[in-house]
Amino acid sequence: MATLILAEHDNIKLKESTNKAVTAANLIGDTIDILVVGNDCMSVATQASKVTHASKVIIVEESYYQNMLAEPVSDLIVSLMKDYKTLMSPATTNGKNILPRVAATLDVSQISEITAVIDKNTFERPIYAGNAIATIRTTTEKNVITVRTTAFDAATNENNTEIEILNATANPCLSEFIEEKISGSERPELTSAKIIISGGRGMQSGDNFSMLDKIADKLGAAVGASRAAVDAGFVPNEYQVGQTGKVVAPDLYIAVGISGAIQHLAGMKDSKVIVAINKDEEAPIFEVADYGLVADLFDAIPELEDGLNNIK
Amino acid sequence: MKVLVPVKRVVDYNVKIKVDSQSQDIDLTNIKMSMNPFDEIAVEEAIRLKESGQVEETIALSIGPSQCQETIRNALAMGMDRGIHIETEHSPEPLIVAKLINEIVKKEEADIIILGKQAIDDDCSQTGQMLSALMNCSLATFASKITFEDDQVIVTREIDGGLQTIKLQKPTVITTDLRLNEPRYASLPNIMRAKKKIIDKYLPDDLNIDMTPKLDVIKIEEPPKRQGGGKVETIKELVEKLKNEAGVI
Ligand SMILES: Cc1cc2nc3c(=O)[nH]c(=O)nc-3n(C[C@H](O)[C@H](O)[C@H](O)COP(=O)(O)OP(=O)(O)OC[C@H]3O[C@@H](n4cnc5c(N)ncnc54)[C@H](O)[C@@H]3O)c2cc1C
Ligand SMILES: Nc1ncnc2c1ncn2[C@@H]1O[C@H](COP(=O)(O)O)[C@@H](O)[C@H]1O
Repeated sequence: MATLILAEHDNIKLKESTNKAVTAANLIGDTIDILVVGNDCMSVATQASKVTHASKVIIVEESYYQNMLAEPVSDLIVSLMKDYKTLMSPATTNGKNILPRVAATLDVSQISEITAVIDKNTFERPIYAGNAIATIRTTTEKNVITVRTTAFDAATNENNTEIEILNATANPCLSEFIEEKISGSERPELTSAKIIISGGRGMQSGDNFSMLDKIADKLGAAVGASRAAVDAGFVPNEYQVGQTGKVVAPDLYIAVGISGAIQHLAGMKDSKVIVAINKDEEAPIFEVADYGLVADLFDAIPELEDGLNNIK
Repeated sequence: MKVLVPVKRVVDYNVKIKVDSQSQDIDLTNIKMSMNPFDEIAVEEAIRLKESGQVEETIALSIGPSQCQETIRNALAMGMDRGIHIETEHSPEPLIVAKLINEIVKKEEADIIILGKQAIDDDCSQTGQMLSALMNCSLATFASKITFEDDQVIVTREIDGGLQTIKLQKPTVITTDLRLNEPRYASLPNIMRAKKKIIDKYLPDDLNIDMTPKLDVIKIEEPPKRQGGGKVETIKELVEKLKNEAGVI
């Protein structure tokens, strides 16, 4: 049997999270096909055909797939699943939106955000904001799985497989796209950045985030935030790191003016090196930090910016 | 129009759970339980829809042991009209929850079902999406804004890159994100009033749903502990250590 992977992309570029799902799929051991659903997205299929371990890329293009609406995309996937034992996708908002709809149609339960593959039917996944790890075995013929991308390395791009073009299934016309506001920052994406600097309520305002931007520019880092900073309107929602935001695991995570609530830690505690800058020495963030600095961020951050000038 | 809001009873979000290594399960003795925070947001939204006159009736539904009645009472105290409790030994896996909810949707002819985007205990984020498949209706996950236009529902969704707005046919399933609204507290008079509201009770058998799980939980363990607590005194020391000791800059 084979595994089908729903590719994450923006109709132009294949996202690295797809390569990470491929690594997880490869641990299952079955043949891997990558499905590119979108509109005018042959360039994505070409990139997908390079991904190591893939045996085939399937592309389905249609205007109503442009924005990955759940209903038409899940109908399409269901129509393909007779040939596959496993459906996988990275646990992006698209994967989370679409895969459970496929699972229920196939009458199987989904395993969300796996962090390890034990065997074909057994997987590990975090529960309770990562404070426990559950080992789950499926008992059904087919498996539907989303993959926590921080837990797997990206598959390389040393392949050249065939691309098969398939026809769209009908548009059920249950919903309609109106608009998208994508922030499109110049910086690396949070989920793939090697370095992240995040600000919390301690930043006091959106304007003050420009202090973090300057450091991010110097380090080639992405900028993240706690929920409190997003709720206060300092930065947009897609900055949120945590249990219910983005899960990240960069080489270096710098938390500035963040207390370290369970829900925030859930999204960043697997980072290789954690730095915390907080004026409250009792802040729980220090319990997970490799390098904690008890200081007022308004003194420390400009100093850090200067300090970084001297190292390069 | 009728709105149905499934509410789950979960470990309170402030509690840091412990794994009992003997039973290889979460230790739930004497632990504070609350309504799943995303479901409070769903309840708040349903009540606002009713207050603005767009909805005739709001129903809260919980699936699980008898204590779920407290969770339903909570929703009623916030302002939901009535409750439904499907009694099960514990909360079943999302597919089965979705099937049970679907039966209630059919009985009640609900048009709009608002769920939380994820339960903070199992962190599955599946139930709403699965329900939409069973109902074969439209779906809007991670909602941060809901409005009505003629006979359609407009939802703005929080997605990885920013925000997406879509228009949905009814019936529809919506799941809530954190920024949809700020849930109200129940006032004392409303808590009193809630005691008189009706909670209907069902058993899974009444609804003809097969409760056999499709997933086996083999074990639950504690995650590897992170060795933290290191301190630096100055920025200079920090930069030096990041460069020479950790080698990350
Ligand atoms: C259902 C649910 C889901 C949630 N999901 C998430 C999530 O995904 N991500 C998330 O982050 N949170 C999440 N939360 C919220 C979480 O519980 C915390 O409320 C939030 O993380 C707190 O953000 P904070 O650390 O920025 O703010 P606070 O807890 O207010 O901490 C601010 C910190 O800044 C420090 N500070 C203030 N001024 C300065 C200064 N001048 N210099 C240095 N330090 C200073 C303070 O000492 C304090 O430690 C969720 C909550 C719920 C209920
Ligand atoms: N036992 C339950 N009773 C009522 N609603 C539930 C139950 N389990 C899940 N839900 C609903 O489904 C949402 C998502 O849960 P989950 O898919 O488990 O993350 C929750 O926020 C609730 O709205």
